[in-house]
Amino acid sequence: MDQVLEDSPLLEVRGISKRFGATQALSDVSFDLRPGEVHALMGENGAGKSTLMKIIAGTYSPDSGSIHMMGNQIVMASPRDAMTAKVGIIHQELNTFPEMSVAENLAVGNEPTTSFMLNRRKMISDAREKLERVGAVNIDPRTPIGRLSVGMQQMVEIARAVAEDVKVLVLDEPTAALSMSESKQLFGLIHQMRDRGMGLIYISHRMEEVWELADRVTVFRDGKLVGTKDMRAAGRDAVSPNDIVRMMVGRDVDDLYGREERELDKVRLEVRDLTDGGAIGPVSFDVRAGEIVTMVGLIGAGRTEVGRLLYGADKVAAGTISLDGRQIRVRNPGDAVAKGIGMLPESRKDQALFLEMSVRDNTAMSTLGAFSTFGVLNFRRMKSKVDEIFTSLRVRAASQSIESRSLSGGNQQKLVLGRLMLEKPALMILDEPTRGVDIGAKSEIYRIIKEIAATGTAVLVISSDLPEALGISDRLLVMREGRIVAEMDAQSATEEVVMEHATGVYADQNPRMTHEQP
Amino acid sequence: MSSPDIAAASAVPQKTRSILAQMGFWWDKVGIFAVLVLLCIFMSIMAPYFLSIDNGLNVARSVSINAILAAGMTMIIITGGIDLSVGSILAVSGVTGVLLFVAGVPSPLALLGGVAAGALAGFINGAFVAWLALPAFIVTLGSMTYLRGIAYSLLEGQPLISSDLGYRAIGNGAVAGIPTPVVVMVVVYLVFWFILERTKFGRHVYAVGGNMEAARLAGINVKKVLLAVYTIGGAAAGLAGIIFSARVLSAQPTAGQSYELDAIAAVVLGGTSLMGGRGRVIGTLVGALIIGVLTNGLVLMNVPFFYQLIVKGVVIVIAVAIDSLRRFGKSGT
Repeated sequence: MDQVLEDSPLLEVRGISKRFGATQALSDVSFDLRPGEVHALMGENGAGKSTLMKIIAGTYSPDSGSIHMMGNQIVMASPRDAMTAKVGIIHQELNTFPEMSVAENLAVGNEPTTSFMLNRRKMISDAREKLERVGAVNIDPRTPIGRLSVGMQQMVEIARAVAEDVKVLVLDEPTAALSMSESKQLFGLIHQMRDRGMGLIYISHRMEEVWELADRVTVFRDGKLVGTKDMRAAGRDAVSPNDIVRMMVGRDVDDLYGREERELDKVRLEVRDLTDGGAIGPVSFDVRAGEIVTMVGLIGAGRTEVGRLLYGADKVAAGTISLDGRQIRVRNPGDAVAKGIGMLPESRKDQALFLEMSVRDNTAMSTLGAFSTFGVLNFRRMKSKVDEIFTSLRVRAASQSIESRSLSGGNQQKLVLGRLMLEKPALMILDEPTRGVDIGAKSEIYRIIKEIAATGTAVLVISSDLPEALGISDRLLVMREGRIVAEMDAQSATEEVVMEHATGVYADQNPRMTHEQP
Repeated sequence: MSSPDIAAASAVPQKTRSILAQMGFWWDKVGIFAVLVLLCIFMSIMAPYFLSIDNGLNVARSVSINAILAAGMTMIIITGGIDLSVGSILAVSGVTGVLLFVAGVPSPLALLGGVAAGALAGFINGAFVAWLALPAFIVTLGSMTYLRGIAYSLLEGQPLISSDLGYRAIGNGAVAGIPTPVVVMVVVYLVFWFILERTKFGRHVYAVGGNMEAARLAGINVKKVLLAVYTIGGAAAGLAGIIFSARVLSAQPTAGQSYELDAIAAVVLGGTSLMGGRGRVIGTLVGALIIGVLTNGLVLMNVPFFYQLIVKGVVIVIAVAIDSLRRFGKSGT
């Protein structure tokens, strides 16, 4: 491939910005992709990578900025425009029709026909051809696609994109659900496509993959493009994974968290070899009375799943949970509440709130038994208790009878926290306690969490917000691929170190380092 | 606001939207009750006999069976479910009660036996909905058919007359001048109101219908709630079946056909959301009364039966439309 062609960009975006409500998802991002390169995008959860890809794929339209394909400005108003522009995208979640055969999936929208009848034979032979082009000769086009492994289904999707002759292919975390050998096969295919002159955008959290595949790496943070490292030009040794990690996290921790010393008492929660029998666990850890322990890691690392196992929301396959020295079995969430475990779920609207019910009912929902005699509710008792909670949590609600949907996100989150406080649990699991709340409510929620810990409750937080995790916790548990890969004191930990563990850089480098040392 | 709402809202001109919002406000304040009052005024003008005590009691008695079915239906619909089998449960329960009495069982026990048969049928519905997580519509569509079959086969297809039925008073008697079915209906509504508004179980019913996953994660035993709700609905239908058989002094395998539709109509007229999570049993009573007043008034006005059907159907559609516009107006403001 000649030098001139290689350096003129295939795809270029200039000055793209995108806003969702109060969140600036992307601000003034310019980025380009050359033919015959793999350009990796990295960044923490919510850094803006996916938003940019959705703009390139025509799912979102940008507020400002332009997209150029081989020098010509194009409009990406819909996924159809992306198809015309020869841009393909392989989403994290597969876009297949599971009941239909591989051949039918490959032919969707472009079925071969003989006069009016579907030409099934041609459809199958076409499918064979398309699969061959990506080297997936072992897939039978007649199998329903849902019966194939995720990796195989992904191959079929790539085959479809390649058959459409795409010039640009975006792969969003393609290895998230693949086995080792499937990943290897995928990497081979990526190399092939690159050598054919296609441009590939590769989004991944896994440093080792990026290191193996990428010609350039671009890092996003808080909706901004932080920088690009050209590994082909500079040579692989001139750039280190730590540089990338530093680019991913580099920001200041402010004093939002009001760190203070807490008295830690005896161990309240003891988890040993807990697993769901699949991708999660085995994990073992303790939480002491009055301690705030935060599970950090990338999305999909299994943090929420561990929380749900402890709470009985999902089935435990093996392992033990002990609370205050006594081993317990948690059969379901109701059982968990009865045995002293409370949980604030990840998604407030889908998993915690009853939007059409009053704020009072929402707050008291888990402890109605305590407010009733033979099942008949004592409203006065309920009212005064909820009043107490609202005062201490500073919930701003016009009255106890208004629907919870009318509250702001921060106040809604406080309702759910209030519900947990009424449960008086020994262990409180808080999954993303400040997601989608404004900065003012955030600091109030931090204060509430600390007050809860101060009463001797063991607090297990799950957070994707690293500064928050470092700011409010006593101890961090870093999870990666369903396991706890590191445990550290939050006082001395840094975002860099956490990210190294979360992305697997640390595990990669350490054997090498011991090798180098005499 | 979710994106489909936005799409729907922007499809309607601003002016129309504010009018709808105002209508919604009006609807919220005075509610379906105003419709009932207006309807009564209209009927009194059109048919003078309408506004007599006799006719009033007549209307009340004629709606009592549907109203009792609809009370149970309200609770089921609040959980986001539905019960299409209430008409068939009514038949099976009526048949069971009469057969027990004819077989020599003391009449209070025969009566309870009929109600218990209804509760059992409801329990079986609930078991499929709660434990197997099957759609209530399909489960009760099936039970509507097999229960009707059971009602027929218990009597080999023939009605069974029992003119000396021990509990006939529950259908034909009166307490202080008020027909017994009306008294029973009032008691049923007081009980349902109390359960839904004043008990822990009632809050759980709303919670399960409002957000099932959140209910589970809040520690509520969702399956138990669903099971209970269908069982209670079945028992209510069983009671309605006893009243029906007492009223006609016989076991009728064809009793209650298509009653489920009137019951659902009353619930929806009363403002209960078919999506679950929202609704009031008092609204349902008003809804049942509207249907009753309409039927009665149209008969008094000598409107032919087939026109009555048209009017009834149109009123139901309009009421539901207003209700959905009400929510639509809310989301627009």
